Amino acid sequence: MGRFEYAPAPESRAIVDIKSSYGLFINGAFTEATDGKPFKTVSPASEEVLAEVSEAGPADVDRAVKAARKAYEKVWGPMAGRDRAKYLYRIARLIQERSRELAVLESLDNGKPIRESRDVDLPLVAAHFFYYAGWADKLEYAGAGVDPKPLGVAAQVIPWNFPLMMLAWKIAPALAAGNTVVLKPAETTPLTALAFAEICQQADLPPGVVNIITGAGRTGQALVEHEGVDKVAFTGSTAVGRAIAKSIAGTDKKVTLELGGKAANIVFEDAPIDQTIEGIVNGIFFNQGHVCCAGSRLLVQESVYDEVLARLKRRMGSLRVGDPLDKNTDIGAINSAEQLARIRELSQVGEDEGSERWSPECELPTQGYWFPPTVFTGVSQAHRIAREEIFGPVLSVLTFRTPAEAVEKANNTPFGLSAGVWTEKGSRILWMASQLRAGVVWANTFNRFDPTSPFGGYKESGYGREGGRHGLEAYLAH
Amino acid sequence: MVWRPTLPTDSTRLDVRKTYKLYIGGAFPRSESGRSYVVSNAKGKFLANASQASRKDARDAVVAARKAFGGWSGRTAYNRGQVLYRIAEVMEGRHEQFSSEVAASEGLSISKARAVVDASIDRWVWYAGWADKLAQVVGSSNPVAGPYFDFSLPEATGVVAVLAPQDSSLLGLTSVIAPAIVSGNTVVAVTSFERPLPAVTLGEVMATSDVPGGVVNILTGSASEIGPWLASHLDVNAIDLAGILDPEEATALEVASADNLKRVRRPAQEDWTEHPGLSRLTQYLELKTVWHPIGL
Amino acid sequence: MYNRKQAARNPIRLGRVTTTDTGVDSLADVTSSEDRLRRFLLGLPGVDQVGAEARAAALSTRSIKTTAKAYALDLAIQMIDLTTLEGSDTPGKVRALCAKAKRPDPADPTAPQVAAVCVYPDLVATAKFELRGTGINVASVATAFPSGRSSLAIKQQDTRDAVAAGADEVDMVIDRGAFLSGRYGLVFDEIAAIREAAGDTHLKVILETGELVTYDNVRRASWLAMLAGADFIKTSTGKVSPAATLPVTLVMLEAVRDYHEATGLHIGVKPAGGIRTAKDAIKYLVTVNETAGPDWLDPELFRFGASSLLNDLLMQRTKLATGHYPGPDYFTLD
Repeated sequence: MGRFEYAPAPESRAIVDIKSSYGLFINGAFTEATDGKPFKTVSPASEEVLAEVSEAGPADVDRAVKAARKAYEKVWGPMAGRDRAKYLYRIARLIQERSRELAVLESLDNGKPIRESRDVDLPLVAAHFFYYAGWADKLEYAGAGVDPKPLGVAAQVIPWNFPLMMLAWKIAPALAAGNTVVLKPAETTPLTALAFAEICQQADLPPGVVNIITGAGRTGQALVEHEGVDKVAFTGSTAVGRAIAKSIAGTDKKVTLELGGKAANIVFEDAPIDQTIEGIVNGIFFNQGHVCCAGSRLLVQESVYDEVLARLKRRMGSLRVGDPLDKNTDIGAINSAEQLARIRELSQVGEDEGSERWSPECELPTQGYWFPPTVFTGVSQAHRIAREEIFGPVLSVLTFRTPAEAVEKANNTPFGLSAGVWTEKGSRILWMASQLRAGVVWANTFNRFDPTSPFGGYKESGYGREGGRHGLEAYLAH
Repeated sequence: MVWRPTLPTDSTRLDVRKTYKLYIGGAFPRSESGRSYVVSNAKGKFLANASQASRKDARDAVVAARKAFGGWSGRTAYNRGQVLYRIAEVMEGRHEQFSSEVAASEGLSISKARAVVDASIDRWVWYAGWADKLAQVVGSSNPVAGPYFDFSLPEATGVVAVLAPQDSSLLGLTSVIAPAIVSGNTVVAVTSFERPLPAVTLGEVMATSDVPGGVVNILTGSASEIGPWLASHLDVNAIDLAGILDPEEATALEVASADNLKRVRRPAQEDWTEHPGLSRLTQYLELKTVWHPIGL
Repeated sequence: MYNRKQAARNPIRLGRVTTTDTGVDSLADVTSSEDRLRRFLLGLPGVDQVGAEARAAALSTRSIKTTAKAYALDLAIQMIDLTTLEGSDTPGKVRALCAKAKRPDPADPTAPQVAAVCVYPDLVATAKFELRGTGINVASVATAFPSGRSSLAIKQQDTRDAVAAGADEVDMVIDRGAFLSGRYGLVFDEIAAIREAAGDTHLKVILETGELVTYDNVRRASWLAMLAGADFIKTSTGKVSPAATLPVTLVMLEAVRDYHEATGLHIGVKPAGGIRTAKDAIKYLVTVNETAGPDWLDPELFRFGASSLLNDLLMQRTKLATGHYPGPDYFTLD
């Protein structure tokens, strides 16, 4: 018998129509940037240029904020909640209708496997709009007082790891609560946000309610610091989050920050072993490890260390790295050359610090930005790869002996976004969950998300919650 | 003003004065700096020498607060509620003392001061009742689209630095400490600079009402001096800037607080006699969401 | 290809351990008493239902196209135990099934043969005669199939009858009542006794996972059967719903993989019942490939207990070869 080699199964690109260049989506229409320069967005899997995108300068930011202000005051703020709801339901449906197209576009621009953009990102994006649509006419029941009011204009800056999902997490609750938004997608992944602008047009959303401006850090800074902004919502690195918190100090702007993490994924000796291995793999290799809540620190009870490592390595051997559009790809491309350099640098630090590095045999494409799934063993708390967010497919393995030691190590970080616990013992799960200083605790699962489930961090992982009733509160005055 | 001491006579007893000290980790030390400052009443008459807390006192207070955090936040909500109610009970017994200190500090008539003390005690009672209701009001069970049990619970943020209101020496102070500790946070409070005496007495109440040492630490002195050390302290998780009157100073403290992403309560015009609502209480909460599969 | 004779020719017996000369030694202790067996089985790692089903669902999203699909379709056909297990079975029905087994697609001689034909013991002789010289095995269910509710003596005789009639493979059922009431020793001894009665005949042990209900039980029963001398572990009789499912098969594949790791022995897996489409069959093959590994992509180690599956595989095969969608009228019923 021969080997079962999966033939290439590429998702068709023909479903997406990428324009050669995009303007800024301000006040319901695409417009030329007035004071910025165009920049290119590439497919990280091939380095092919996908489109040219406009950089919004301060004057463009100002236009966008003013458009949002006007829409807030004249249209969206006064509009009945039930009508806002219906717009959001429309958007949710349009996303479902164009789901495959958006998934392909996301994988092209971001480098993530189509399996994930199709089965995880897009369903969650649509679900998020559905969920918050239903809130729009029920705000008085949201726990923010009997007559909650929107904040006004929300400045929203999102990262490149889940471009459309982060957009949904930001825009859906903001609009449901009656705010208008100016959103800036990450400079390496602007295309699905621009496609979303088209969806707003198809939904007949009133002009100015959603404005999408593209650009890099400078654009984001100008947006966040604009005095016409009432609310800032940011997802990204702790460094930038800190800078934003400083920049809005002394203003009346409300802010929510969803920042970095270095989650402990804790495996006890009585864990359901096969599902645990899957959970470890999903925890760190999902989306190439470009996940703020990634289970990047594996804490294994010493009594099962050898077994867990052997099984993990065997499982890693079956991960398929390659073309993001191939339906059988498990791990896609690293999002940018810059991020690849950071992953390489920290991995080198890991080796230099004496940890043992291992990756399965895997052939990486020659074009594009790639990094193999990697595990470091012999890591201790003092090592940089156990403390710093690598934001790539790199797992650091540490050990522990008792539940208390596991908790102590898990909490020994300035971050506090998420944690994982694997054990068959119910009382231990609840004890661990109560002790872990993290905003999300996944017990016997990992990297699950849902629009009804509040998500956000403790400590330097930021503040505020996204998802659920709590996510709505972040956009209401109370 | 001419200094006219009152001499004891057969009918007037020479009273025993209180030494006003700091309250850190359940003990009443003087400032490690050895400094004290004169506290006068609203008319400028000498009341006492208060300890003037230093940055090192603040450092010690944060250590004490951190040490107390695990135990305090780990108590049952019912127990925390009882401890807060106990504070109200013990305050009631010291009503006269608080009233005279508030009257002297804030320049109120004794009857108005008594009303302030009443309101302060009632506020402790109000917050005490929240301890075991909070999780039900702000927590949630989340109906996720999958075979998972998913719930969100509030937890205390950690160590909260409180720069207490400058004007309202007891009611304001109560209104900024109670919402922090009821949920399990521990507090380092810097009192009103000019009106610190009721705060010291409140510390004495804490020490005698089942509040574990370190849960509330009270520093008399200057928020402008100690505030920056607390704002930039990496082991402080949240800060209440209520007592900072100068907007530029508040901005600087907010900037410093961003170093470790502290949860910041900006100063605002506040009427401490008004119903407090939940916003201060929820400011020092983290929401933890827990997922678990549902299966056979 | 594998010397499975080492696997279980000398079955381990509770209370009177006779281990084989291979890696089974490391597990010999486990079966030295009922108490130890019980502790071993209850000490196996748990299976989280949601996680196991999520993994199976993820494997189901593999997209098998073109050359890979052609390979998978032919492999699946060669793995089929073409089955008829009805009260209404007759020699005529079995003869027809055997003809189908030998020449699945009359229009296309390149279509491979199936692995075996599976019948009740009284029809083994008929099948054996029809399949002489083809290399296609005759598998017989036995041991008071499907419920297994009979005495050990009758089950042994049932097995000996099937073997005497020429069965190459015996598909036995375990005593689910005994298993669910925790009498693991009884289940073990019975499998071992049937193993002995079956002689050199290939022994498949049916767990009837639909009655075991939990994946924890499936894992325990898999180990129990392997320790007692099974050559194959099989999901279902086909008479109980649910029959084979992908997650159940996943859990069993994990068990044979782990058993191989512990002993060096290869035990086969047979999902049976409910697999009707080529698409489903390919999902199983993907799961085999990525769980137990490529060694198991072999009719010696993986089988489908099915009947209607064969025609769907043939139709897909024709579609792949001709580029057109065929219709059921162009394929024989049996």
